[in-house]
Amino acid sequence: MKVFIVLFFLLASFFDGRCQQKKLFTKNGIVTFYSKAPIENIEAHNNKLLSVWDMATGKVEFSVLMKGFEFEKALMQEHFNENYMESDKFPKAIFKGIIREPVNSFLVKDGTFNVTVSGTLTLHGVTKEVNVPATISIKNNEISAASTFSVKLADYNIKVPRIVKNNISNIILIKVIIPSYQPLGS
Amino acid sequence: MKKLLSTLLVLSFYVHAFAQEELLAQIEDPVQRNEKVTGAFKSTRVINAHSIEMLAKHNLDFRVMHRFGFVSDGIKQLFGLDVASFRMSFDYGITDDFTVGIGRSTFRKELDLFAKARLLHQTRGTRNIPISLVIVGGTTLWTEESFAAVKPSVSDRMAYYVQLLAGRKFSDKFSFQLSPILVHSNMPVNPTEDQTIVALGGGGRFKVSKRIAITFDYHHAFGTLDEIHTDPISAGIDIETGGHVFQLQFSNATGMNERAYITQTTGQFFRGDIRFGFNLSRMFHLGSK
Repeated sequence: MKVFIVLFFLLASFFDGRCQQKKLFTKNGIVTFYSKAPIENIEAHNNKLLSVWDMATGKVEFSVLMKGFEFEKALMQEHFNENYMESDKFPKAIFKGIIREPVNSFLVKDGTFNVTVSGTLTLHGVTKEVNVPATISIKNNEISAASTFSVKLADYNIKVPRIVKNNISNIILIKVIIPSYQPLGS
Repeated sequence: MKKLLSTLLVLSFYVHAFAQEELLAQIEDPVQRNEKVTGAFKSTRVINAHSIEMLAKHNLDFRVMHRFGFVSDGIKQLFGLDVASFRMSFDYGITDDFTVGIGRSTFRKELDLFAKARLLHQTRGTRNIPISLVIVGGTTLWTEESFAAVKPSVSDRMAYYVQLLAGRKFSDKFSFQLSPILVHSNMPVNPTEDQTIVALGGGGRFKVSKRIAITFDYHHAFGTLDEIHTDPISAGIDIETGGHVFQLQFSNATGMNERAYITQTTGQFFRGDIRFGFNLSRMFHLGSK
């Protein structure tokens, strides 16, 4: 009897492990954002974007530390964290969504596919529903992904004082690139 | 038996579902990263004194500091605005932890040079450093014409200072630093005064909004100074607008370098001998980060 129970657990965990194989992840995604304003253009990069993609359910999640964004000017970086994003209070930006299309059936041969990801973006403590266009590519069994979308600062309660309104755009363009998804082993 | 099996089945599904819920949790690092605490003060000066803040590498800070006359001079001097003392300076960040600067004040037509190094940087995380520790060393040279019977030599006109800043950003809003300083004047203004003066001081800031902060700094000098010389006390407001920081303040100090404000401040702050003043800081970014 006892042996049977142990066997069952082993079997169960084996199946669980099999399911986990269908998950992909990366810790080296790249997020870049751009602000184009009359006086200056601002650009910042973060190459420590985390992403997990559960292929069985189509769920994708992204998370990035605000303090990891690097700017050309140190003062911009300080203002970004201190005055705009309040990174001590809201350390992460998180996206949780689901891929609308049945991707699994595409990803059997090389190619690039356009998809839509619907979900919620949490930024500066504010969570909003977003629909984001993205592309997923497969080449030699390696899966990469990319997306470009924009956010309105006002939607996320990020206030730009009037005195710098010609320095910072109200709409920020965000580019996300996942160079390569790795299988998530358990 | 069947009961047990079904319970286990439900349990395993539950565990499975739970694992799916927390996708990100499966790859996030449980270890907290070390994070340097930034922005304890808005500027590299609290008001008169250096703050624990450093310039970032390749940043040039052009500062204009103004102190008007005593408000207690009354309407005849437009509450001090007719009289102005001025210091202009250029500070440059050689690295993130090493800054040098040069300044010139109208008060005694004095030049000053300084070097400032950060020894410890307040850090949160696995490596916890509770304070930032900064050391500043500088020298001053007054170039005003002397009418003394014996003309002072260049060395007579010089003074040196070394200051230690130990500060902490206690919260998002409140930062405080202690700033002991040693000033050595080769030839004090009055021969009865001590050549070497040790002073103990402190400075702080309290943020009232994202871009506005209230600041104060104070130093008490130990040693023999002329009776007319008093402890420099200042209170002010920092206003930050992008690349500029405006510091508006009330202070009893005329001079704005370390020698001048420690050893040559006159006026009783609490009897209305207060000067209105402002510091203007404009940051220029030279070279890449």
